Amino acid sequence: MHELSIVQNIIGIIQSELSKHNITRVKSISLRIGRMRQVVPDALFFAFECLSKDTPLEGAEVKIEDIPIKGRCRNCHHEFILENWQENCASCGENQMDIISGKELEIAEFEGT
Amino acid sequence: MKVSLVTNILQANERIAEQNKRLFDEKGILAINIMSAPGAGKTTLIEQTIRTLKNEYRIAVIEGDIQSTHDADKIAATGVPVVQINTGGACHLDGNMISQTFDQFNFDAMDLLIIENVGNLVCPAEFNVGEDFKVMLLSVPEGDDKPMKYPLMFYESSALLINKIDLLPYVDCSIEKIRTESWQINPDLAIFEISAKQGEGVDAWLDWLKIKINEKANSK
Ligand SMILES: Nc1nc2c(ncn2[C@@H]2O[C@H](COP(=O)(O)OP(=O)(O)OP(=O)(O)O)[C@@H](O)[C@H]2O)c(=O)[nH]1
Ligand SMILES: [Mg+2]
Ligand SMILES: [Zn+2]
Ligand SMILES: [Zn+2]
Repeated sequence: MHELSIVQNIIGIIQSELSKHNITRVKSISLRIGRMRQVVPDALFFAFECLSKDTPLEGAEVKIEDIPIKGRCRNCHHEFILENWQENCASCGENQMDIISGKELEIAEFEGT
Repeated sequence: MKVSLVTNILQANERIAEQNKRLFDEKGILAINIMSAPGAGKTTLIEQTIRTLKNEYRIAVIEGDIQSTHDADKIAATGVPVVQINTGGACHLDGNMISQTFDQFNFDAMDLLIIENVGNLVCPAEFNVGEDFKVMLLSVPEGDDKPMKYPLMFYESSALLINKIDLLPYVDCSIEKIRTESWQINPDLAIFEISAKQGEGVDAWLDWLKIKINEKANSK
C-alpha cells in the first residue's frame, strides 16, 4: 500500500524538475531502494502506471536499484551484509550492530527529452 | 538529457514534519507517535497512560483512523483534548495531517501530545510526523516473528511495548525471541512487557515516559 504514496511523491518531485531542464517527456527514472523499506516492485510499477497516465512521465521506464541491508558490528566495526536478521557478526560473533545501509528511498536520476 | 537528483522520495513530508517538530520544541511539548498492527492495544494503552498521568501533566491526543470516531470517543471520556483524523483510506498518518489539527489545540497548555497512528506495521514507520520518538506496540497473540518481518518498525522506534502479556499462557509466543531479535535490529530499543488492560508492567513504561516528558519540558 505504501507504494502508492511513494509513487505520488516520485511523480511530484520529477514534475517540479521538468521545466527547469526543459524536459517534456520522461524516458526513465532510476530509484535506489533499501531492503528495509519492504517495497514490492510490482506494486510500485503498477502504481506508477496508474498515476503517471496523462503526465509527461507516462510510459517512462522505472528502474530500481535494490540495496541490501548492511550492518556494522558495535564490537569490532566489521561491516557485513545481512541476508536475514538472525546473523551475528562474522568476525567476532557479537550480535549488536548499527545499520549503515538498507534504508534508502531515493530518486537517483531521471532521463528525458 | 540525464538529470541527477539524489533526493529523498519522502522529502516533502520530512519538511512538514520538521516544522511540526519545531513547534513542539518551542513549546517544550513531548510528542510521541504510537504505532502497531490493528488491535494491538494502542487506545487501551493511551487510556491507561492518561488516567495515571493526567493529574501531573497536561495531555492531548491525536487519533488517526481510516474511519470512525470510536477511539477518539474513548479518549474524550478521559477528559483530555482529543482530535480525530480520518485518513479516508490512507494507511498511515503524515506530517500534513498532523499540522491540520493544530488550530484545534492550545499548545501553551500542553506537556505531552500522544499521536495514535493507523493500525499498520509498514508505512507508519516511514512517515515522520514531527514526533520526538516513535513507540511500537506488539501484542503477544501476533506472534514472535514480527521483528524479522517488519524490521523498519523496530528500527525506527525508541520503545517497544510487548502488550497483552496476560495472554501468554494461551498463545505461542516467546518474549525472549522478540527481545533478542528486536535488539539485533535496534540495540538501543527500550523494551517493556505490559498488559495495558490489566495494568501489569505499565508503571515501568510510565516512569520511563515521565523522564522523557520532564527532559523535554526542561529543554525549552
Ligand atoms: N487481554 C488483553 N486484551 C487487551 C490488552 N490491551 C488491549 N486489549 C484488547 O484488545 C482489543 C483492541 O484494543 P485497542 O486498544 O482498541 O487496540 P488498538 O491498537 O487501539 O486498535 P486499532 O486502533 O483498531 O488499531 C480491545 O478489545 C482491548 O480490550 C491487554 O493487555 N490484554
Ligand atoms: Mg485504537
Ligand atoms: Zn564484530
Ligand atoms: Zn500507508
